[in-house]
Amino acid sequence: MKIIVDQDRCVASGQCVTAAADVFDQRDEDGIVVLLTDTPPEDLAADVHQAAAVCPALAILVED
Amino acid sequence: MTIHEAPAYPMARASGCPFDPPPKLRELQDEAPLVEVQIFGRPAWLVTRYAEQRKLLADPRLSADVTTSGYPSPTGTPPKSDGGVGIGFILMDDPEHARLRRMVTAPFMIKRVEAMRPGVQKIVDGLIDDLLAGPKPVDLMEAFALPVPSLVICQLLGVPYADHDFFQQNSKQLIKMTATQEQRATAHGNLAAYLDNLVGEKLDNPGDDLLSGLTERIKTGELTRQDAAGIGVLLLLAGHETTANMIALGTLALLEHPEQLAVLRETDDPKLVAGAVEELLRYLNITHNGRRRAVLEDIELDGQVLKAGDGVIFPNDIGNRDPEVFPDPDVLDLQRDARRHVAFGFGVHQCLGQPLARMELQVVYSTLYRRIPTLRRAAELDEIPFKHEGAVYGVHSLPVTW
Ligand code: HEM
Ligand code: SF4
Repeated sequence: MKIIVDQDRCVASGQCVTAAADVFDQRDEDGIVVLLTDTPPEDLAADVHQAAAVCPALAILVED
Repeated sequence: MTIHEAPAYPMARASGCPFDPPPKLRELQDEAPLVEVQIFGRPAWLVTRYAEQRKLLADPRLSADVTTSGYPSPTGTPPKSDGGVGIGFILMDDPEHARLRRMVTAPFMIKRVEAMRPGVQKIVDGLIDDLLAGPKPVDLMEAFALPVPSLVICQLLGVPYADHDFFQQNSKQLIKMTATQEQRATAHGNLAAYLDNLVGEKLDNPGDDLLSGLTERIKTGELTRQDAAGIGVLLLLAGHETTANMIALGTLALLEHPEQLAVLRETDDPKLVAGAVEELLRYLNITHNGRRRAVLEDIELDGQVLKAGDGVIFPNDIGNRDPEVFPDPDVLDLQRDARRHVAFGFGVHQCLGQPLARMELQVVYSTLYRRIPTLRRAAELDEIPFKHEGAVYGVHSLPVTW
């Protein structure tokens, strides 16, 4: 699994952090998404897909 | 588009079903994902299904700017005070929308909101102490549902809570669909002048709050004083009305579904509580008058063409009841996975305050019914006044006892 985020599109909704806090974080200065890891372990797959599905800005791409 | 025979939007709810969207919306959803309706005597598209709502709300070819030709609005002009204060970035498009939104995203990020949780718990506990010590029956809206988010947003913004009667009254008037243009302009003007004055004070004497943070940006020239005040109007308004209605209407819905209320009362699992909040957001979808947009460039979808200059309405209430996405959509089931709901909208305008709203609701729903286990209505359901005429749905008052 590989994750790509687009910080330009991100609107800092925090949805990804709520869905998968071990994978996504937010920048202190403006809440924009940052990846804690771009290749998380498989047991987080469901949470990562949930994060991508609820991201309102379509800023998260997951390649399996 | 043709206007003949198109049903008028918004539609009425069925009597005796205060928690369900208007039955006509379900009919139209069954019919097609895109249907024509009329609003303010003009045609507009109604996007009835969840998948199409998400797809179009995330499409940059749709504008949230009321001045865009075709936007479903009675006037086509945004609120603007005599002093030039508007209503923040909610009615703006990118890139200006993104530029301004990013100036206030930091205080709403998950870790900052989590840091506020103990303070919110204290506020909620204190208000429940007061309820238990005071007379009953009591109006839960006035004594609890409005004070919780008002106290929280005041602290966050740096607005004196002592002024709550003033801003609650004016906010209510501003979002009342049946208010005249003059009444709404007056309410907006009052809030705008109030926030402009506060921003002025904080320019001279900055504190440790969101509005003071904005004054730093005025000093660097990134932000005009009018835009700072406009953002203040938006946050103050959105920060208390919505959550207050979720608290009161959510409580009423739970009292009508005692087996669901029991689920909340008997758990101390934060995950279950968080899931319950998502389901109540989905089920109640209090922003019940539809997101509104205008088409900037022709868009083809499901065999239809939405033309530049067409108006579009997204009734998220029926989107959240789409049986393709939520099986048995009209059932309130706190243990279902409702996290995909669109109660906070979708796309770049999705609610900025959602982490805060979620946290406040988690604290409230996990505390109120455990501390007052015998809480019950003190009026018949049909005596309770619902906010049919508000841009945000809920109850005007909720008499309760225990
Ligand atoms: C349960 C409570 C809430 C609900 C149901 C709710 C719902 C919504 C919805 C549906 C939108 C999208 C508007 C659109 O697309 O046109 C929105 C936007 C917004 N909300 Fe909330 N909201 C809630 C609480 C809050 C709170 C507590 C705050 C702030 C403190 C807030 C601030 C905002 C702001 C600033 C926007 C505009 C975002 C933008 O245009 O980029 N909301 N909200
Ligand atoms: S869910 Fe999307 S928009 Fe929200 S913070 Fe994460 S990446 Fe940004």
